[in-house]
Amino acid sequence: MTDAAASPATDRQPPGFLARAWRHRSFMIGAALTGAMIAMALVSLVWTPHSATEIVIKRMLQAPTAAHWFGTDQFGRDILSMIMVGAQNSIVVGIIAVGIGIVGGSALGLTASAYRGWVEELIMRLTDFTYAFPAILVAILITAAWSPGIVNAILAIGIANVAIFARVVRGAANAMWAREFVLAARAAGRGRLAITVSHILPNITSIIVVQATIQFAIAILAEAALSYLGLGTQPPDPSWGRMLAEAQNFILLVPRLAVYPGLAIVFAVLGLNLLGDGLRDLLDPRLARQR
Amino acid sequence: MGIFLLKRGMTFLATLWATSVVVFVVLEVLPGDPALVILGVDAPDSAIHALREQLGLNRPTWERYVDWVTGVMVGDFGTSYTYSVPVSELILERLQVTVPLALMSMSITVIVALALGIYAASRHGKAGDWGVMIFSQLGIAVPGFWFGILLILLFAVVLKWFKAGGFAGWDAGMLPALQSLLLPAIALAAFQVAVLARITRSSVLEVAREDFVRTARAKGLSRRATLWRHVLRNALIPVITVMGLQFANLLAGTIVIESVFSLPGIGRLIIGAISNRDLVVVSGVTLLLAAMVVLVNFVVDLLYAVIDPRVAVHD
Amino acid sequence: MLLQVDDLTVTLDTAAGPGRAVRDLSLKLDRGQTMGIVGESGCGKSMTALALIGLLPDNARTTGRILLDGDDLLAKDEDALCHIRGERIAMIFQEPMTSLNPVHTIGRQVAEPLRLHRGLDASAARAEVLRLLDRVGLPNPKARLDSYPHELSGGQRQRVMIAIALSCGPDLLIADEPTTALDVTIQGQILELIAELVAEDNMALILISHDLGVIAESVDQVLVMYGGMAVERGPADSLFRRLAHPYSQGLFAALPKLGPKPARLATIPGTVPELADLPAGCPFAGRCRLTVDKCWTEPPPTEMVSRGHSATCHRLQESVL
Repeated sequence: MTDAAASPATDRQPPGFLARAWRHRSFMIGAALTGAMIAMALVSLVWTPHSATEIVIKRMLQAPTAAHWFGTDQFGRDILSMIMVGAQNSIVVGIIAVGIGIVGGSALGLTASAYRGWVEELIMRLTDFTYAFPAILVAILITAAWSPGIVNAILAIGIANVAIFARVVRGAANAMWAREFVLAARAAGRGRLAITVSHILPNITSIIVVQATIQFAIAILAEAALSYLGLGTQPPDPSWGRMLAEAQNFILLVPRLAVYPGLAIVFAVLGLNLLGDGLRDLLDPRLARQR
Repeated sequence: MGIFLLKRGMTFLATLWATSVVVFVVLEVLPGDPALVILGVDAPDSAIHALREQLGLNRPTWERYVDWVTGVMVGDFGTSYTYSVPVSELILERLQVTVPLALMSMSITVIVALALGIYAASRHGKAGDWGVMIFSQLGIAVPGFWFGILLILLFAVVLKWFKAGGFAGWDAGMLPALQSLLLPAIALAAFQVAVLARITRSSVLEVAREDFVRTARAKGLSRRATLWRHVLRNALIPVITVMGLQFANLLAGTIVIESVFSLPGIGRLIIGAISNRDLVVVSGVTLLLAAMVVLVNFVVDLLYAVIDPRVAVHD
Repeated sequence: MLLQVDDLTVTLDTAAGPGRAVRDLSLKLDRGQTMGIVGESGCGKSMTALALIGLLPDNARTTGRILLDGDDLLAKDEDALCHIRGERIAMIFQEPMTSLNPVHTIGRQVAEPLRLHRGLDASAARAEVLRLLDRVGLPNPKARLDSYPHELSGGQRQRVMIAIALSCGPDLLIADEPTTALDVTIQGQILELIAELVAEDNMALILISHDLGVIAESVDQVLVMYGGMAVERGPADSLFRRLAHPYSQGLFAALPKLGPKPARLATIPGTVPELADLPAGCPFAGRCRLTVDKCWTEPPPTEMVSRGHSATCHRLQESVL
């Protein structure tokens, strides 16, 4: 029993994680796509082929050339540069919105799981209730009350994430509370908070990480949709969603404009989803033992 | 069953009530002075006073809430500030686009996703299964509104089979109206099809491993008969829950898709109302959309009990 | 002869490589006869049962013959097997809690084979179901017709499973650990019920159990399996009078016994090895207290212990005292 109490956090990742990850095809594809997106965003911090915001009317709506690989938009801005800076935007939104979800959701989920009874009932009814408000509806409420903008969009996506993480964390934590090493800790007289911090949380991190990856992808989709509607990123900051909204005005003239930002979203989301599925396979101790 | 119905009914009503409180607080209390929001900070004091009077903002908050809610209950959502017509009229008119769109999209989702999911499960580990899984992985990554733009590009710009957007109206006849909703419905359904097909597949595979499936085979039922008579109904239990959540997402998704295809539905109404700062319309429409989501989930709960005889007992 | 199995081998393709779950098994059983197959879990007894009814998992391959009234079941296609399952060979499973479909009524589930094989209409099937439920001793069968499985106790559900198995009057009934999941007090009732019904209808019965006690009380013929092999077989009375194989002796020693001073419960050391890891010689080599070098490398011979009673072991001289 004491043995079990000491070890589960460490035996969660069996040796050879990297070796197994290397052989996991969809995990590697996901990691490569996600890595490419992050690299693109990082590079854009110090260098882009052209300015992503500079308006040069005389070179508007150019087809792809050696100077402008993806061509230019109706204001003569370089599409590639805008997509690179757009990656920054998506990543920032994803990190903050998912961060809000992880912090708020874990706090709620762990509390519900530690205290059970009416506390759990109340918290779960609350998360049930937020399902009545999909992220877009929350964003509409918030932007109507204040003003459209990226901060409010992030807040809206974050609120939706809180409910999702609360649910996932509580489910995983409840399973942990029933495990023998936790029962042992309780029998030894440790408090709920101490057990939560030292036993529960460390053992559900992999589940949180997997969910975070998936939610990151959903956050990117949500930001794109909100920016497309004009409720997210505001001009002149480049955003993939807003680029698509602008491209639609020229769809008869230059359909190409509607392709690149869309592909950027698809690759980013696909990469994160594959990464998340792969992580789930690789981190799930139940599956790992079966191999 | 009676107690189950009563409990679920109470939860349903409580959720509806909480929804109305949230919408009211966010739109009427949090922004401070709605009149200021509507007219903007530069408006002259006299205009703001007049609007306050017109909207009844000088009364206590709870009184305004009670007025608003009792009004909503009899279908009176107030009067639009920009259109100067009752919000209920606006909503009724726009629902004629949004509801058919959502229903059409949901039908496409259910039919295509169940077919794909069951097919993939029956070809588990073979090429057909892989094909469906790859399709679904892609479908989950494609934003609905971009898929809509691509559909316009292909079917309206290149092939010229459909119009690029707009709504023919029901007066012009059933067919043209449905035709103008078809591409939007497909664009809206794509993501949900991908999600639901995956869930259907894994649910069918999971149930197929159950002991009672072996019992059915031991009775002499063929694989196919076992799938239809024993596996599917059990496999549908989790699928139905997801379908409920999906309908909520579809309703929310119409807001985006209506913009892509320039459809005069609820979504366009609310986006317009936000830019016009027409809070009366925004609160009416968000309450309505949220209430529809809550209602759908309530119906799903009941459906769940019909499909799974254990539910009503455990609750 | 109703059932004749010749050199049945079942090979499972597992991640660890192919493993033989059943090795060269032969047996004969006629109507009115009962046979018990006993062994620890993983010894191949359930695989044997699934092979007999044609429901092996997809990764299984078979060689040998399974003759039902002279017809080779292994040569039949799936459609033909569907007409045999439930109609001529029926099976009762271990887990009554999960072996019934939770979303269908009892009546519907018992009626299913009747409608499938007998072509009965709804009302005729309902009448027959009522008779069957009454026959298996389900209290108040009329009210139970429209019940769902979760409304029944474990013992009642196993009675329903028996009713399903008996519905079309099969020639062969296979009961795979039918009482393992039940309370001890119910176990005896269910075994008695099975024995009674089998005798009334002159069926053949194969009763599978890990429990030597259950087997000893219920059958005429016993077959002890280990590592997919029949290691000992014979008429129940002579076999239990003189257990010959070291494995059978170990199983018997592991039975808890009532007595004034309970001795420490004996166990067989080690666990059943993975299929792919079985030695080339005797599967019990290593766990057996009498293991010598040739046990690992040479397949053991089968020798008679007494009339109709044989065992497969290199060290039979030493083990039979």
